[in-house]
Order: sequence, then C-alpha cells, then structure tokens
Amino acid sequence: MDVVTQMQRQLLQYTSSLFKEGFLDDQFNQLQQLQDESNPEFVVEVVTLFFEDAERLLNELSKSLEQESIHFRRVDAHVHQLKGSSSSIGAQRVQRVCIAFRNFCEQQNVEGCLKSLQEIKQEYSLVKTKLETLFKMEKQLFAAGGSSVSR
Amino acid sequence: MWVKWWWEKISGNGSMKVKSGCVRRVFYSWIVFCTVGGLYGFWHMSLNACEQRKETLISMCDERARMVQDQFNVSMNHIQAMSILIKTFHHNMNPSSIDQTTFSRYTERTAFERPLTSGVAYAVRVLHSEREQFERQQGWTIKNMDTLHPSPVQDEYAPVIFAQDTISHVISLDVLSGKEDRENVLRARESGKGVLTAPFRLLKTNRLGVILTFAVYKRSLPSNATPDQRIQATDGYLGGVFDVESLVEKLLQQLASEQAVIVNVYDTTNNTHPIIMYGSNVSGDSFSYVSTLNFGDPLRKHEMHCRFKRRPPWPWLAFNTCVGGFVICVLLGYIFYATWNRVVKAEEDRDEMTELKKQAEAADIAKSQFLATVSHEIRTPMNGVLGMLHMLMDTDLDVTQQEYVRTAQGSGKALVSLINEVLDQAKIEAGKLELEASLFDLRALLDDVLSLFSEKSQAKGIELAVYVSDKVPEVLIGDPGRFRQIITNLMGNSIKFTEKGHIYVTIHVVEEVVHSIEIDKELGMEDSSNRVSLSGFPVADSRRSWEGFRAFSQVGPLGSFSSDADLINLIVSVEDTGEGIPLEAQSRIFTPFMQVGPSVSRRHGGTGIGLSISKCLVGLMNGEIGFVSVPKIGSTFTFTALFTNACNNHHQHQSNPPSSEFQGMRALLIDPRPVRAKVCRYHMQRLGIRIKVVSDLSQGLSTITEEGNQIINMVLIEQQVWDRDSCMSSGFVDSTSRVHHGVPPKLFILVNSNACLGESIGNPRVIIKPLRASMLAASLQRAMGVTCRNGEVPATSLSLGHLLGGRKILIVDDNGVNRTVAAGALKKYGADVVCVSSGKEAISKLKPPHDFDACFMDIQMPEMDGFEATKKIREMERCARSNKREGFVDKLSKWDVPILAMTADVIQATHEECVRRGMDGYVSKPFEAEQLYREVSRFFHS
Repeated sequence: MDVVTQMQRQLLQYTSSLFKEGFLDDQFNQLQQLQDESNPEFVVEVVTLFFEDAERLLNELSKSLEQESIHFRRVDAHVHQLKGSSSSIGAQRVQRVCIAFRNFCEQQNVEGCLKSLQEIKQEYSLVKTKLETLFKMEKQLFAAGGSSVSR
Repeated sequence: MWVKWWWEKISGNGSMKVKSGCVRRVFYSWIVFCTVGGLYGFWHMSLNACEQRKETLISMCDERARMVQDQFNVSMNHIQAMSILIKTFHHNMNPSSIDQTTFSRYTERTAFERPLTSGVAYAVRVLHSEREQFERQQGWTIKNMDTLHPSPVQDEYAPVIFAQDTISHVISLDVLSGKEDRENVLRARESGKGVLTAPFRLLKTNRLGVILTFAVYKRSLPSNATPDQRIQATDGYLGGVFDVESLVEKLLQQLASEQAVIVNVYDTTNNTHPIIMYGSNVSGDSFSYVSTLNFGDPLRKHEMHCRFKRRPPWPWLAFNTCVGGFVICVLLGYIFYATWNRVVKAEEDRDEMTELKKQAEAADIAKSQFLATVSHEIRTPMNGVLGMLHMLMDTDLDVTQQEYVRTAQGSGKALVSLINEVLDQAKIEAGKLELEASLFDLRALLDDVLSLFSEKSQAKGIELAVYVSDKVPEVLIGDPGRFRQIITNLMGNSIKFTEKGHIYVTIHVVEEVVHSIEIDKELGMEDSSNRVSLSGFPVADSRRSWEGFRAFSQVGPLGSFSSDADLINLIVSVEDTGEGIPLEAQSRIFTPFMQVGPSVSRRHGGTGIGLSISKCLVGLMNGEIGFVSVPKIGSTFTFTALFTNACNNHHQHQSNPPSSEFQGMRALLIDPRPVRAKVCRYHMQRLGIRIKVVSDLSQGLSTITEEGNQIINMVLIEQQVWDRDSCMSSGFVDSTSRVHHGVPPKLFILVNSNACLGESIGNPRVIIKPLRASMLAASLQRAMGVTCRNGEVPATSLSLGHLLGGRKILIVDDNGVNRTVAAGALKKYGADVVCVSSGKEAISKLKPPHDFDACFMDIQMPEMDGFEATKKIREMERCARSNKREGFVDKLSKWDVPILAMTADVIQATHEECVRRGMDGYVSKPFEAEQLYREVSRFFHS
C-alpha cells in the first residue's frame, strides 16, 4: 500500500513541477475537472488529439516555410490553429511561441518564422514527453489500485 | 356678521392664496372698526348712565316733593279741623266754651298732630262798631302789629284772641295791621280756603316760615258763594305758622340716602323773584330737577329744586367694559390674523417642499438612469480594454511586463464586476429589477456556490461547509440567480475577511428554527455560545442576528404560520470566524458604497455595494436580513426568503438521489465534533448512504468489529482525529483491513486543504473539503469501483446541469481540440452534444424547424466564419417563419435557435457586436462556469 502512496506523491510532485516550469497552465486543470466517470479517458483523448493535430500542423508549417515564396497567410492560419489547440489543453509555452510566430508572420520575417518553428518544435516535443510521462505515471498508479487526487 | 363678511372676503379669493398684505389690511381695518365700536359703546353707556342718574334724581325729587306736600297737607287739615272746632265751641255757643287757657292747652296737646306748625292763633273779626264792646269784654285794646300800640281806627279789626303758648305774644295784635297778614286774611275769607303767606322770617326763631290762614264763617256757605257773602259771613281767622325749613330738614333726614341730594324749595308766586324757602346756594351738579309743590293755595306756587351734591362720577364701568371689549376684539383679530398667516406660511412651505420633493425624486431617477446608462456604456469599452490586455498577455513579454498586464487585467475584471453591481443597484433603485420564478434545486445550487469558493478556502485552509435541513423541499420555485447572488455575496465577504477557522452556511425552514428555540428555552440552553462550532473557534451567536425579524415575532409558540402550505420561508445563515465588523461600522453596513473603513477597502477591495444589493434582493424575496458581529471573533449574517414549494405540484420532480448506486451502503464517521459530523451526514445521506457517527478511533474500531451482521462499506475519518495519534491510526488501518467478513471497509480522510497532503498518513484516500454530494460521489465511486449505470452522468447536480441537462446542443468549431474540449465541458453538464467543424455543416444541421436547443459557434473559421453562418441561418429562419405563418402555431424555439458565439478573442466578443450580427450572446473560449451559466440561463429556464 505504501507504493501507491508514494506513487501518488510522485505524481503530484511531477504535476506541480509541470505547472511551475510553465509547461501547463490552469486550462489543463480545467480539462482534468471535465474528466469524470462518464468520460474517464477524456484528458488523454484530448491530448492525443492535440498531438495529432500539432504534428500535422508542424509538418505543414515546415513545408510552407521551405518553399521559396512563402505564403504567409497560410502559415499564419496554421499557427493560429496550433495556438488555439495549445491554449485549449493549456500547453502554455507552445502557445506563447505561437504568439511570437504570428508576429513574425505579420512582419513577413522569414528568419524569425524559421526560428520560431524550431522553438515550437522543441517546446512541442518537450511538452509531449512531459505529458506522456504524466499519463504513464497515472496509468501505473491506477493499475496499482490508487486513484488520482480528487478535488 | 362681520366674521361672515370677513370669511367671505377671505374664501371669496378662491384658492386660499390670499396674500399676507391683504390679510394685514383686513387686520388693520378690523382694529379701526374695533376702536370705533369701543368709542361708540363708551358713549352709549355713559349716556345711559347719565339718563339713569337723571331718572334717579327725578324720582328722588318727586318723592321728596310729595312727602313734603303730604306732611303739609296733614298739618293743614288739622288746622282746618281746628277752625271747625272754634266755630263750634266759640261762636256757636254763648257763652263761649273756649278761652285762652283752654285753647293753649288744647293746642299744646295736639301739637304732635301738626309737626310742621310752630304755633296756631285765632283772630276774630271785629267791626269798628263793635270795638269798644270787644275791648271791654277782653280787657285789652287792639294793638297795631307793627307798632304794638293801640290800633288806629279802622273799619274792622282782627285781633288775636287765642294763641298757642309758643306764640302767645301775638294775642291782642291786629293781624289786619300787618301787610302780609292782612292780605292773607282778606284772601282767606274771600276764598274760604287755606291761604298761605309768602315766606318770611318768623318773629322769634328767625327762620323762614309761612302762615296758613283759614277763615271761620258764621254759617255754612254753599260752595258757590260769592266773596261778599263770604266776607259777610266771616267770624274770625285761624292761622298756623309753618316752619318750612325744619319741615324740609326733617324730611330729608328721614330720606337720607347715599346719594346726597341738594334740595331747594322756592316760592315762585312771583316768577321773576322766586323766594327761597329752604336750602342754600351750595354749588352742586349742574343738572337739577324741579318738582312743583301744591300746598292747597292756588295763588301761591311752590317748587322744589333738586340737584346731586356730587358731580357725576367718571363712568368707569362703561370705560372698563369698552376697553376690555376692545382688547378682546383686537386680540381675537390678531389670533385670526396670526392663524391665517401661519396657514398661508404652512401652505407656502408645503408647496415649496412638494416642489423640492419632486426635484429630489427627479434627481434620484436621473441618478439611477445615469448610473444604468453609464454602467452599461462603460462595459462596452471595458470589454475592449480587457480584450486588448488579454491579447497583450499573448505577446512576448518579460516577467515584469507580464506582472503589470496581469494586474491591469485583474483591475479591469474588478471594475467590470463593480459596474455590474452598480447596474444591479441602479436597477433596484429604479424598481426595474424583477425576480423570475423558476424551478431550482437549492442543494445543487449550494454545491455549485461551494465549488466556486472551494479553491480559495482550500488555499487559506478554511473549512467550508453547507448544511441544508431535511425540511427544505428538494425543488423550490423562485429566482435561483438572485438567491445565488445573495449567498455568493455573503460568502465572498466571509471568505475575504476570514483567515482561519470556518465558514458555515446553514439553511433551515423558519418554523424549524423557531421550534428549536422553543425547545432550547425549555431546556434552559439559551446560551449557545459555549457550543462547539464547526472548526472549534468561537463564533458570534447567530440568534442575535435574527432577533428583530418580523417572521419570528409573528409566529406563535409552535410556529404556526402554515397559512399557505405552498410557501416556504427559508432562513439562511452564513457564519464565519473572521475579523468581524467594528462596532462603529455596524450601523451603516447595509448602506450602499459604505465600507468599514478606507484601510479595509484598500486591503480587500470591493465596492461595499454587495450587502446593500443583497438587502434589496432579500427584500424582493419578502425576507429580512440581519447580522451579528463580534470583532476578532466573527460575524453571522442571516436572512430569510420566501419561496414556493414545488414538490406539491411537481411530485418528485428530479428528486432522485444524485447517485443511487450508493443506496443502502453504510458508512462510519469518526468525528468528535457534532456540528461537523452533521454536515458530513447531510451530504452522505444525499447519496443514500446511511451513516453512523462515533467520536474516536477506538470506538470506531469496536463498532466495525462488533457489528458483525452489518457491513460497514466505508469509514470516514476527520483529519483532526487521524493526526492526533499516528500509532493509533496505523493500528486502526491494520485492524480494519483484517476485518474477517466480506470486503474490508475503505478508509477516507477528510482534510481541509492540499497543504496537509504531503504528510504520510498511510494508505487511506483523501477527500478535500468542502464536501459536496457530487464530489463525494466521484471520490467514492473511484474508490469503491462502483460503475455508473447506463452512462448516466452521476452526481453532477450543479445548477448548470439543470439548465443544460438533456439539451441538444450543436458545437461548431474548426479546431478539433477546441471542439472536443467544448463538447467535454457541455457534456459534463449533461447536454447532448453534436459537433461539426465548419460553418457550412452548421447550416446544414440548423435548418428550421430546429432539432437543437442551442448552438455554440466559433467565430473565426476558415471558409465561412461564425457571423456569416449565423446570418445564413437567420435568413433561413425568416423564410421558414413566413412560409409557415398561416395556421401554424408552434413553439417559437423551433424557429429561432439561440446562437452563442464562442471565442477567445474578446475584442469581437462584445455582447453588442454579437447581437448585431444576429447572435444571442457569447462565451469566452476556455469555458468559465459562471459566464456559461449566465449566458445559458437567459435562454433555458429549467
């Protein structure tokens, strides 16, 4: 039984570190609140959806920026989409880079855009690993018979 | 008469608006009138007095005159009688039986009969031829009266033969020799009547007197005898001397009265030279009266003149009366005048006041309108400011800048909430706020409010609890939004001012509370201060907060106000252990914009308008609000509100327990504090769980092990108990896990805040307060592994759930993640959600008549944005309506779906903009429960 407690505590610590380091914001908390017995996998579902969406958008963006004449309108639309998705799950850092990205888009600054794309990719992979770790820990905890802290 | 005239003059002017000048004129003329009246009265009265005085004088004078005359006549009659005596006994008898001696004795003795005569004498008629014989016979010679010598030869003589002793010196004197006497005698014998001489000085007494002379005849003469016959028949003359002065004096003495009268008697035979017979020339009143005296001698005339000795007195009576009357009349006039002035003044004042009141009311209305307008107008740009701030947050900012923006945003939000409050206040003042009447679940509403505050209370480590009495019906009819506003307000205040302890909301039916007071009184437990409160901190005595309530004073001893069974009077109290309200501020706590002090508003923010609004709202719910507060201990606010019981007509409406899967389970609560245990029991019972309370762990253990046949499914342990003794705790865990029969009970620890979580407390699960049925159910489900039946949303009895439960809602968003999140949020509240990803799809789904109850639409979408889609949908609705107009009376909602904009971009999301574009409102994209509730509740009435 001690294992469960320990795992619980670890999960908690991990979650709070994610918040502290700014990977996630309050929106993620709200997402968690939306998850209940009728929809037990809600958070995972949404986050997975986000991953798919983000990867698709990142590919599109890479392609668009590689072209010689960059279609900034389309790039901006993609970044807007990505920003919306990231803000919906509370991926704060990704969202913030998206904002900078859009600014560069407006200025038609190719260098800035490329730099932002790199940043986004980096942030995205970071948050992805973090969230995956989080889900793994939760799964383990659930398997061990514990539950996440209810509030 | 004049009053009538005056009144007519006044009231004749119509609208009682006589100017004071006119009234003053009337007053002055009244004074003049009074003066004239007074003078006239005085003149009249003094004249009267004068007349009366004259009459008095006349009557007095006449009286005196008559008496003098009477007395005189008496004497005269007697003398006449004597003349007959002499005739009989002197002349008709021969020899005469009367001589001087006899005569004088007789007259002496009968002198009292003639009080006015000083003497009587008798003279006989002697012709010259008889002189010698007579002289011889008498023995003396006839003497002349003046010279006292023997009389010279005359034709006839009239010597006195008898005389009273007082005048015996006149014997032998010839009365014909005296001029006066002669004339008198001659007249007397010619007329045969008593004749008077003119007054003259009497010989001896030197007083004024008259002599009365009667003739004595030889034989009886006929009354019409000629003077010659009479002279022939004359025998002698009887004369009496009257002392007029003493006569009158005696009389006046008899009649002496307080009003001294001066009396003069005159002989007025000679008109030009009246001879005074009595009286002096003492000066007296100018007015005199003359009475004639008749002494029986027709040739002689006598008069009596009377005057008052004193001058007429100043007519004080008349004067006083008149002055008094004048003064009274003037005073009376003045009273009228003053009264009238007062009335006029009062009326003027009243008119002025009315005018001022009108102005004040107009100003008040203007103020409210101004507030309403301005508040409304401020909200629009504020949304812009907030939106821009939000966007600014999204830009690349350093930490300090972000801090600034966050502060600005916080202030902006505070400002918007303040404006909303002011708007509410203005609406209340303008009387425009009306309560709606809709069904609502009070318990769910309170759970909802509790979740709102849970974060704050957990952060502060305050215990937050709600208890609703069993007597309160499941479903009530009233205005849940406003009720919620009051409670949120009170709890918000409490949480703001409380740093430690608890906030405890209780809801009872008024009858119940009254009854409990009665019981307490009977048991002598009126002092409730020593009861242990929820968190163990001392609290203010809540009873004092409702001391003045009408509802309580009206109720009889057993609370018999079941006049209307459908009406439920709830009493809600919010108790905290905060810093309390300073005594000096308590009186103005319900005044708008009044805060305890400037430092408080600086520290805690807020407008101080909340309580005022709450009071108004409570008033609208036919309730009362009161509070009791002890500084450093805490405050308790209590209010009553009247609702309609919905359970009677909507029997068992939505009243299934939130999670019936727990039905019949048993729980054990280990909690030494009864109040806290009561709250827990309340929530567990709502889930259908039967609960038993014990006060410590060992008791709990024995309960679990002893009650073999009754399975305890779960044990709830208060953190306080758990932390007290860790050895005991771990022992308890071991023992419970080894309970031999069936499944060992699950253990739960009830804690107040996250802070305590880190400590190692064994394996039990932790439930963080505030307890709510939904949250409790979720925790229990997770632990007990109870599966929910047929995917029904368990335990979400939030009021949003009531609003959205079973509604079919379309979500339109191109972003899959956003769509999923929004759908998840709405599903959580029980809505039936369909998602589409573009405006076109939305149009195809939203063809009237509508299947959907509402549509949440993203504004920014590729191809067709939200506004355009809405425009298309509205066009379709218009067409459909015009086609179906004839004979089709359908629910309006079928033809008019509410569309809410869903956006993160607050700039576009002003309410006005959305309405202009045909939408019904907006919600910001990460859903906020409050905002969602507010918007949705405008369309859906549960």
